[in-house]
Amino acid sequence: MSVRPSRLPLRLPLPCVAVVGVLGLTLGVAGCGSSNTASGTPSASGSSSSSGGNACDAYKAYGDLTGKTVSVYTGIVTPEDTPQINSYKPFEKCTGATIKYEGDKSFEAQVLVRAKAGNPPDIGIVPQPGLLKQLVATGSVKAAPPEVAANVDKFWTKDWKTYGTVNNTFYAAPLGANVKSFVWYSPKEFKSKNYKIPKTLDELTALSETIAKTGSKPWCAGIASGEATGWTITDWMEDMMLRLSGPDTYDKWVNHTIAFNGPESVAALDAVGKILKNPAFVNGGLGDVKSIATTTFQDGGLPILDGTCSLHRQASFYAANWPKGTKVAEDGDVFAFYLPGKDTASKPVLGGGEFIAAFTDRPEVKAFQTYLSTDLWANNKVASSPDGGWVTANKGLDTGKLTSPIDQLAASILQDPKAVFRFDGSDQMPAAIGSNAFWKQATNWITGSSTQAMTDAVEAAWPK
Amino acid sequence: MTSSEKFLQMAAAIGAFAAVIGVILFIAGRFSGRRGDRVVALAFLLPTVALLLVGLVYPGLRTIYQSFFNAAGSSFIGMDNYTTLFTTPDQVTVLRNTVLWVVITPFVATAVGLLYAILVDRARLESLAKALIFLPMAISFVGASIIWKFVYEYRPAQGGIKQIGLLNQLVVWAGGSPQQWLLEKPWNTLFLIAIMIWIQAGFAMTVLSAAIKAIPDDIVEAARLDGVRRLGMFRYITVPSIRPALIVVLTTIGIGTLKVFDIVRTVTGGQFDTSVVANEFYSQSFRSDNQGLGAALAVLLFVLVVPIVVYNVRQLRAQEAR
Repeated sequence: MSVRPSRLPLRLPLPCVAVVGVLGLTLGVAGCGSSNTASGTPSASGSSSSSGGNACDAYKAYGDLTGKTVSVYTGIVTPEDTPQINSYKPFEKCTGATIKYEGDKSFEAQVLVRAKAGNPPDIGIVPQPGLLKQLVATGSVKAAPPEVAANVDKFWTKDWKTYGTVNNTFYAAPLGANVKSFVWYSPKEFKSKNYKIPKTLDELTALSETIAKTGSKPWCAGIASGEATGWTITDWMEDMMLRLSGPDTYDKWVNHTIAFNGPESVAALDAVGKILKNPAFVNGGLGDVKSIATTTFQDGGLPILDGTCSLHRQASFYAANWPKGTKVAEDGDVFAFYLPGKDTASKPVLGGGEFIAAFTDRPEVKAFQTYLSTDLWANNKVASSPDGGWVTANKGLDTGKLTSPIDQLAASILQDPKAVFRFDGSDQMPAAIGSNAFWKQATNWITGSSTQAMTDAVEAAWPK
Repeated sequence: MTSSEKFLQMAAAIGAFAAVIGVILFIAGRFSGRRGDRVVALAFLLPTVALLLVGLVYPGLRTIYQSFFNAAGSSFIGMDNYTTLFTTPDQVTVLRNTVLWVVITPFVATAVGLLYAILVDRARLESLAKALIFLPMAISFVGASIIWKFVYEYRPAQGGIKQIGLLNQLVVWAGGSPQQWLLEKPWNTLFLIAIMIWIQAGFAMTVLSAAIKAIPDDIVEAARLDGVRRLGMFRYITVPSIRPALIVVLTTIGIGTLKVFDIVRTVTGGQFDTSVVANEFYSQSFRSDNQGLGAALAVLLFVLVVPIVVYNVRQLRAQEAR
């Protein structure tokens, strides 16, 4: 090489490239748009579930929508998108409409960008009431048509309608649902060691102590989830809030009419701490208390299979997480029981779900929106999910058609008239709390900070 | 959109780009002479300036404007976002981490690169040795972060459970007990910085090695005749001769470090007090829906980068003047 030293820097374009890069990152906030979208256009002539001449009778009310297109934007991506797309096919076939499905992993950030930029989809599948509130605040969401409201009154409980309502206007019908108040266990282990499924929180504690006395750690847990690390603890805390202080106080807590660092909050988190921060109770097969922070939530329950732990609190969707060949059933390798209430009389259920928000009110969009709020769609969805993994709180759902035992258990809890359903609190809180401070402080709490310090920090972060 | 549609769109975009360039070249080609030069310069400059205005200057000014507004961008709150940056404990941690990154990374990466360049200079298998340290440069930040996440992986010291992380396995072999490397603050930030150094040392080595090789032999000869030995040679001959290259390497790594985002986001997601300005900016803007604070963080990052850029440009000018 014969480059003279003094010329060398001038020949390198690197500093300039770096400068442009910096400006691009630091100042690029105002000008971003979405581009990373995956899409699939299902054909109108789909041959999935229903076929035959009069199968289309039920769709007559929607009219002839030939040539019309409805775009759906969602965070539901492979592999869950296939049953979703297939469940639209009967509608497409009978009305002639085309549904343009667009799945995007970063839906939650991008849908807001698109709504603010004036480029929203026709329909968005919104997984959190909090996000729905943010979208409504942009002024781009249309109120639900009366047909949808009538369907929701008919098929869902009042609680669910409230979650689709912002400032007394009903916007979004619920779609799917999941139950979070589950404790996973090994039916084989319970049978061989003669453990009984607990019916109250005290019985659960007693069971934990019994297991701990055998020298084994009863619980296993993991909260790592990238930037969302900590959400598992927020679910725990919400479950305990609901059980110790009741649904009304829970609502006040979520809506911040009582302080986040109040006595109810502290009691709920301390109740979680009695399990998750008790070195005698955790973390079976995974390490000490702190190992909860670095174990991914996907790995959190797996020690049950090795027998190094016995109990793992996680939502119904954890069923998809067990390795292939694991039998998820009441007589199988793993199954879940309902995380019991304070006493047998109360049955609070913590859960989640999605909502259908419409950004346009063209007739075909309204028609499709209405279709999604019917029992017809709910049953089509079950028919197009042969492997299970999907339930809804839609009372028109024929639970007999559900194929997997855990779905049946979840549906029976969702449709139990005695059960009081409450939506995941962090999904309803403002984004600065629900998808930031609450997670972060919960993580700090498991790695050492006190309950009071944790709740104080979240309260301080609450947007004024 | 199907794949074929996407390819069609891509082809159309490339075609449009070629057409625009063609038009510019055509216009520029029609003029000649002294005045023609100006037209040519203008024809080439205008599109660039227009794109800079739309893509850089406007968003930049708008971000500065937004940083004085509240979370929803609806009401003016003055300097409140900046006060938040410098007073709330979470944000102060972010600033502290960024300072750690910027102070440690460029110097250590450059030192490692320089030492390596000198050690392997004219050694046997030099190119192989250089290729080894240069390889990490070819890996994306996210890829490197995932690799190191496995290196730092922790499994408890319980019967029947094996370590899957390299670092903890080494500790166990040495008779120690496995550690949660990414959990204990502020050490976890240092473990993240190690990843950046691993990536950047190769860049430093390459540039500095080229500079060292370009030191004229007569200077080295003369110094030797004057009795300058190893350390003296390094101190009085090598370093002054490659000073411009050193500055480029330091500032380039420094700027890259200020922007660091991928490593933090991939390895810890900013948890356990490891967040830095760029990561916090993303998390405030897109996760917390706090546009104002996000914009303020972006402006802060810009302000921090400017002095380095200015210094760099000045050094280049000084070189040209010489």
